[in-house]
Amino acid sequence: MITLTHFLVLAAVLFAISVMGIFLNRKNVIILLMAIELMLLAVNFNFIAFSHYLSDTAGQIFVFFILTVAAAESAIGLAILVVLFRNLNTIDVEDLGSLKG
Amino acid sequence: MSFSAVLFYILSAILLVSAFRVVTAKNPVHAALFLVLAFFTSAGHWLLLEAEFLAIALVLVYVGAVMVLFLFVVMMIDINIEKLRAGFWRHFPVAATVGIVMMAEMILIIASPEAGLDSFGQAAPAVAGVSNVKQLGLQIYTTYLYPFELAAVVLLLAIVAAIALTMRKRKDTKFIDPAVQIAVRREDRVRVLKMDVEKAPAKDAGSSEQQQA
Repeated sequence: MITLTHFLVLAAVLFAISVMGIFLNRKNVIILLMAIELMLLAVNFNFIAFSHYLSDTAGQIFVFFILTVAAAESAIGLAILVVLFRNLNTIDVEDLGSLKG
Repeated sequence: MSFSAVLFYILSAILLVSAFRVVTAKNPVHAALFLVLAFFTSAGHWLLLEAEFLAIALVLVYVGAVMVLFLFVVMMIDINIEKLRAGFWRHFPVAATVGIVMMAEMILIIASPEAGLDSFGQAAPAVAGVSNVKQLGLQIYTTYLYPFELAAVVLLLAIVAAIALTMRKRKDTKFIDPAVQIAVRREDRVRVLKMDVEKAPAKDAGSSEQQQA
């Protein structure tokens, strides 16, 4: 019998893996973006699991909006990445110091 | 174990392994392809949770659009993988520690009896004749109409931003700004010179016939 706990644990493990990915790939912006997508997926898992076990569609509508925002985010992120590569010829995070933040 | 439980464990194993390969893969193309696998497997999970519309939307939007975009970008830009991988194993102990601690904390909270998640029990069985897509549509077009419109604006914003960021002036284009064209005055283009009248050379009749022929 699959309970809510199963899905929440799965989402937690998925989230931890993507946090690990952000630590591991500190230089590669593309993999960082992919790790963010995985994190959003883990969060969506929680929403859908709760929506199913509460028999309430509000959670699924929230996931719908998260998918929209995530698609917009990755489109703009990749556009920035392409412009970055065109100007600096690198996607190494450590070379991106021109803002002196 | 019921069929859905077996399916859950198989899908979970595939999902976690592919997610792990996404963050550890040497080649970014492989990472993107493993991410496709992870999204596809998640769609299977969402089908188990009876979220059919979102499962299909995940496959269409993510696997079909976002991941193709990722693959395009990964293959378009020429990166030195070895340089980007430097320090990967140096960061590994920290990453593993943080990841495992975070995972343990979350699992302890979720699985503890005090969380009270056992009270959810089994979900109410789906009623025959009630479609998930229809329910979602009813909700989106009534209760959540304004957020839905805002989502459309967000997507439009993403389109405009992506185009504005990546568009550049082409050097070989023949485009002329109409405003510049209209603002041109006669004095800028035509110069009238005063010069003496010269006598035109007499034309040879035979050569003109040859030209006509």
